[in-house]
Amino acid sequence: MQRIINFIIRNQSFLLFLLLFTLSVIFTIQSHSYHKSKFISSANFLTGGIYNSSHRITQYFGLRKENEILQEENNRLKTLLYNTSISGSDTTYTDSTSFNSKYRMTPAAVIRNSYSSTTNMLLIDKGVKDGLKEDLGVVTSKGIVGIIENLSGNYSSIISIINSNSKINAQLKNTDHFGTLEWDTQSPEYVQLVDVPKIAETNLVIGDTIITGGRSTIFPKGIMIGQVTGFNLDSAEDFYTIQVKLFNDMTNIGHVYVIENIDAEEIMNLLNDDE
Amino acid sequence: MNNSVTKNSIRFVVLVLVQVLVLNNINFMGYINPYLYILFIVLYPIKNNRSLFIFLSFLLGLTIDMFSDSGGVHAAACVTIAFLRPAALKFAFGAMYDHQTVKIATAEFVSNLTYISILAVIHHIILFSLEVFNTSEVILILKKTLFSGVFTIILCILTIILFSKRK
Repeated sequence: MQRIINFIIRNQSFLLFLLLFTLSVIFTIQSHSYHKSKFISSANFLTGGIYNSSHRITQYFGLRKENEILQEENNRLKTLLYNTSISGSDTTYTDSTSFNSKYRMTPAAVIRNSYSSTTNMLLIDKGVKDGLKEDLGVVTSKGIVGIIENLSGNYSSIISIINSNSKINAQLKNTDHFGTLEWDTQSPEYVQLVDVPKIAETNLVIGDTIITGGRSTIFPKGIMIGQVTGFNLDSAEDFYTIQVKLFNDMTNIGHVYVIENIDAEEIMNLLNDDE
Repeated sequence: MNNSVTKNSIRFVVLVLVQVLVLNNINFMGYINPYLYILFIVLYPIKNNRSLFIFLSFLLGLTIDMFSDSGGVHAAACVTIAFLRPAALKFAFGAMYDHQTVKIATAEFVSNLTYISILAVIHHIILFSLEVFNTSEVILILKKTLFSGVFTIILCILTIILFSKRK
């Protein structure tokens, strides 16, 4: 016993080093597996508060650009509105946007964005108090941004689509061939759509649009993602890997919308019953 | 004693804030960022309680991790260089370290450069290996280590020169 204690005292700094190193490696591994990075997250009042006050100052530098994006989106929505109201202007028309809607949108501002690391995250200024939950999709007016991973009262951190751990169901716009959207860490402008069946070959054209697939409860079907810039067969020659240029400029994200699928729980219950 | 505690606490907070609010957003050429906060470990008093020093370095890394949502990569890199610091000091300063008379602000430039480079390179290799976490991306790890490392070393030396009292 004496010897063991002596050994510990003599090597205390080495043992402490080993303990702390192991601890940090465990944290790292947890951050690489989905939904386990609970302890070390920027979605807490201290880091969120500091980023929020810094954002309050820096947001003024991007106002002109933000205004342009907003006007562009307004323009698109107005076009949509005036074009649909003509066809639906009969007396039996009921406004279906106010009841029985499937998705709930929450606007939020991005207070931190990273794109230079391989595991990029964003931080937004809405949290549990604003009715957000884990696993909600986050989009901008141009396309998808990511999925909520951690929440605190007033902040939530988002796992970006340019994160090597991110996997999102996506499909071609003109056919229903789907695959998984991943990121190969090379450039924040491009993501990869993998596991697209070889039979989709005849429909693959450079310049085609990639949209979200309806196979998950996170994103509604049909949200824009990007444009096909190239494709090649994988080594087994069974599946295509498609290079997708994002519509979103991931290095410059100002305001986002969080999408909540109100039926998500019902769908998940159904799927779980199957197993 | 008290003076040293205050000085190091202020240095800790200032370095963390500078790192997360300014330096993490540089992204020179897309991915090159300097990691100036290791200056806390570089400049920590030579005569110290070693366990406390290692623990403080862990805390420093964990704070940076919390701000940048990176799991524990900075913490791992920081404890490692804190643990290896006596060896790096001995290699860079030789006899001066044995007599415990090293003053980093006033030491010779070459020894200073060697000392900071050793710590920065070890720190960056561990940081990027854990961040990329994929053995097939060795080239990416080395590329990031090289470019960010040079940036960090230059910035550390400049900061030390800028904030050192004149002889």
